[in-house]
Amino acid sequence: MKFVDEYRSEESVRKVADSIRALVTRPWTLMEICGGQTHTLIKYGLDRMLPELVTLVHGPGCPVCVTPLELIDRAVAIARRPEVTFSSFGDMLRVPGSELDLLSVKARGGDVRMLYSPLDAVRLAQKLPERQVVFFAVGFETTAPAIAGALLEAERLDLPNFSVLVSHVLVPPAMEAILSSPACRVQGFLAAGHVCTVMGTHEYDPIAERYRIPLVVTGFEPLDLMVGIRMTLAALEEGRHGVEIQYSRCVTPGGNLPAQKLLSEVFEACDRPWRGIGVIPKSGYALTPRFRKFDAAKRFDVETVTADEPAVCIAGSILQGLAKPRDCAAFGKECRPEKPLGAPMVSSEGACAAYYSYGRE
Amino acid sequence: MCLGVPGQVVRIDESPIGMTMGIVSFGGVTKEICLAYVPEAAVGDYVLVHVGFAISKIDEEHANDIWAALEEMGELERSESPTKADVS
Ligand code: SF4
Repeated sequence: MKFVDEYRSEESVRKVADSIRALVTRPWTLMEICGGQTHTLIKYGLDRMLPELVTLVHGPGCPVCVTPLELIDRAVAIARRPEVTFSSFGDMLRVPGSELDLLSVKARGGDVRMLYSPLDAVRLAQKLPERQVVFFAVGFETTAPAIAGALLEAERLDLPNFSVLVSHVLVPPAMEAILSSPACRVQGFLAAGHVCTVMGTHEYDPIAERYRIPLVVTGFEPLDLMVGIRMTLAALEEGRHGVEIQYSRCVTPGGNLPAQKLLSEVFEACDRPWRGIGVIPKSGYALTPRFRKFDAAKRFDVETVTADEPAVCIAGSILQGLAKPRDCAAFGKECRPEKPLGAPMVSSEGACAAYYSYGRE
Repeated sequence: MCLGVPGQVVRIDESPIGMTMGIVSFGGVTKEICLAYVPEAAVGDYVLVHVGFAISKIDEEHANDIWAALEEMGELERSESPTKADVS
């Protein structure tokens, strides 16, 4: 496929890896933000092609992984209601709640569906006027425009039986939380290409300035990642900081303006707990007053449901780059993709699942 | 989760009230996709699609940046490391 295959050429990737070896003189630790990037790095063994001086730590960029347990429990509570048709993206349905995951609700007779797009949920609500159709909206800035588009469509159609359970998180506040931690080891970032496709890079300039780090907006194919890593290392070796764009075929500094405009109509920033990390100020999206009538948490009165995280899971440390999956006592033992204890083992983009699937000890 | 798939715009259906939709081909497999966020895209252009929405037009010129960068890396290596002739 065009714009895919050519960025998977092993020869080109090796060429960049060779030039990285010639470039690096000191130890450096980089973090890739996005789970999609983690998946590619491990799948293609890119981390193993790097010189030993370079350490990659995996960031919090898997929206499924950072969705707090209590939100899963709220989703389960809504999905169990007889009048509800509950829907979300595939990965979200398998994340264990305190008692049940959403697929078990389905196995017990609940109407739970996996959808490709939030627009499909709007169409479903049109088709099933006697049902309450709920979409579990998870994701970063990449996915938020799709949710916003679906809500705009639901508003236009004046659908009384459509609502969303919002679990949207924002990347820059999480990066700040990681960088401001005294335990932070990260010296350079591969920023998430598709988040920046939507938001542009302006939010990242002050972060690069304040922490004096290089931040390279990077794509998702093996060659994109290798070149992004090289650009970050070149900046570090030369003592430069600031924002650079590797993924220039999709990212401009301004980002997608029509999408940003709609986002500002539908969402406002709110404080938000991240699973295993805790509350990060202004790191999530809530609906603006105009769209609040579509808020499933209010409609089904589940805002008081709370939950405690399982003690053995160290997902929080993994998501902040402080530990690797193999540091977890449960990894590959009690916790496996068929029976995940924590969200990073559920999503194919979670660091634990990526390590397990590709045989990393 | 933030997976984006490149596809080629086959048809655009402007809608006077709702959102602009269209047909996008992913290596021959077509799908109905919302094109409201890429008003600049025309039939034949490549767009990046995420959960049913095109979130950017793919810039063909910039897509070639990477090859120029690779060329340069090849050059750099050659000029940085002494050739066999230099060593002997
Ligand atoms: S291996 Fe399982 S229990 Fe351990 S950190 Fe990962 S998800 Fe949590």
